[in-house]
Amino acid sequence: MMEENEVLVKVDNLSKKFCKDLKTSLWYGVKDLCSNVLGNNSEDSQELRPKEFWAVKDINFELRRGECLGLIGHNGAGKSTLLKILNGLINPDEGKITIKGRVCALIELGAGFNPILTGRENIYNNGAVLGFSKKEIDSKVEEIIDFAEIREFIDMPVQNYSSGMKVRLGFAVAAQMEPDVLIIDEVLAVGDLAFRMKCYHHLMNVISKKVAIILVSHNVVDIMRLCNVVSVIEKGKSIYYGNVEKGVGLYNNLANKESKDSSIISAKIISDTNIDFQTGDTISFQIDINSKEFIKDARILFHLDFSNFRFSSISSKYSEFNFDIQIGYNSFIFQLKNNPFLVGGFFCQFELYGAFLKDYIASSNFVPFQIVGPSVDYSGFGICHTVKLEHEFTVDLKDKSAFVE
Amino acid sequence: MELKTTVYQKVNNNKIGKLLRDSLNDMFTSRFLAKQLAIRDIKAQYRQSYLGIIWAFITPLSTALVWIILSKSGTVTVSDTGVPYPVFVFSGTLLWSILVESINAPMANTNGAKGILSKINFPKEALILSGVYKLLSNSFIKIILLLIFLIVYGVGFHFSILLFPLAFLGIIFFGTTIGLFITPLGMLYNDIGKIISMGLGFLMYATPVVYAIPKTGLLKTLMEINPLTPLFLTTRNLLFGQDLDYLIYYFGLFAVCIPLFFLGLVFYRISIPIIVERMSA
Repeated sequence: MMEENEVLVKVDNLSKKFCKDLKTSLWYGVKDLCSNVLGNNSEDSQELRPKEFWAVKDINFELRRGECLGLIGHNGAGKSTLLKILNGLINPDEGKITIKGRVCALIELGAGFNPILTGRENIYNNGAVLGFSKKEIDSKVEEIIDFAEIREFIDMPVQNYSSGMKVRLGFAVAAQMEPDVLIIDEVLAVGDLAFRMKCYHHLMNVISKKVAIILVSHNVVDIMRLCNVVSVIEKGKSIYYGNVEKGVGLYNNLANKESKDSSIISAKIISDTNIDFQTGDTISFQIDINSKEFIKDARILFHLDFSNFRFSSISSKYSEFNFDIQIGYNSFIFQLKNNPFLVGGFFCQFELYGAFLKDYIASSNFVPFQIVGPSVDYSGFGICHTVKLEHEFTVDLKDKSAFVE
Repeated sequence: MELKTTVYQKVNNNKIGKLLRDSLNDMFTSRFLAKQLAIRDIKAQYRQSYLGIIWAFITPLSTALVWIILSKSGTVTVSDTGVPYPVFVFSGTLLWSILVESINAPMANTNGAKGILSKINFPKEALILSGVYKLLSNSFIKIILLLIFLIVYGVGFHFSILLFPLAFLGIIFFGTTIGLFITPLGMLYNDIGKIISMGLGFLMYATPVVYAIPKTGLLKTLMEINPLTPLFLTTRNLLFGQDLDYLIYYFGLFAVCIPLFFLGLVFYRISIPIIVERMSA
């Protein structure tokens, strides 16, 4: 009966309006209420009313059993709104969602907790909100306490728990759900490392049980570890849908980074095709400098950013490349040889300096590039994360008799 | 096993029958959740308090006291009520407090669950049901106190008191129905809650709560129109074993109230997604 690849979630042309102004928003709420109650749908929902915008616009996807879709995008891109619609909390303005089977959402851990009550009592509260019956909770309560690893404190009021303990208890309850479709929003970002790994392990088991998962996260590693398809959301629209590596790179490079003095210094990648590279490729940049004055003993600094994090900087002085900037047009080539980067998106920027650090002149535009392969492996049998390190494993041939038992 | 298919789209609110069936079904299946929420709130309420139960009846008791003093001192003369005045006034303020609570309960509970409403999809009808559970448990204590009053003042028990629980449930039913209709708007605008509590403050004096219906005058007309009058008189007269004067109006009231209650449930169900949307906007 259960088809291996049946489509569990189908989203067609989904759109949702939101209002920027609270008073107006409330008034539209009253209007929507009236038109919904009267069953009057003559009003054209395609039109934006004043002060409204599309929080989610024309989203389409299909998700099959055993697949995991990652939704990535910056804050306010519309991911959480999309999740709320998928979870049935709010109705779409346009389009249609069809979901088969039991849907569970890991959007908030520990919903229904009352801080004054003990952990044990709150397991029942949280479980009830998540839709368990009393019998189910009774049979699972010990398992939950063990999973959360807080047996010692289970009869203490939850308000005295550390935030990590609360999250663990919340996840332990939620982990008991047996859904067909699982919606996860950012909850994995909390808790200590050991517990996070436990959560991953659990989710991996869930996937192997053939569940369809929709995961929202800012954490690129989570996405790459769990998802087999991603959708990059920007301003309510899906700007990319498909391969995880490519999508993650796009997301890394999404941040709107414009430079104001690109008329003085500008940079670009020299490539006939695009900005996609493999680990180990050489990446060449052309730097154009248009100077109104002569700069004696100038320097160019190269900066590399990854996920809003300054990953590396190199000055032209390091390799003792000495030059002066002439009035007018100057051009340089910069090559990153045998790049060590793993799958992801990176940003580069060049800065022009005079002889000293105080002689800052200008910064170039940001130049994005992406590493799209070879594949990384987060399951512990390959390499993963940001860089590929030179390494070698060998057997130590030292005389074993040196060990004293 | 065939999987349940759920569809979310803009237009699916035009079949009242289906909505009502879903609503009642959710109400039935969410009994455990409702009970759990009620237990949670009641436990929390008492665990952080030493006076605990006393708060449940201190307000009606103090209102009753004010009126007892006013009438004893002769400042206000009240017409004959048929039972000792303290019993009359206490039963009145107590039933009134239950009515006010049941009108406010749907809104208070929905508001209290704001946090989870915008995060988790659970049967919202559980909030209404848990409100009723909490009301029943709070009222239970009040009614015991009322029965003690009946004994102390020598009113005693009549057979009609056996029907009192039904009439008492009638008050909660009536209040909840009104509550269901004001909740959606009240969740959007705070004004609604304030208007309701102020309006009820006035309405109390147009209802035979602290005094009986006067023989003549404007107040008599007002009280006889007021739908709360039959509700209160019938309930109280059952308790005291007095004549039931407004029985036709009373049954008429419920003949209107019952369909309204179901309509209120549908209205509530339709409105929740809209409220959640505006809360999280």
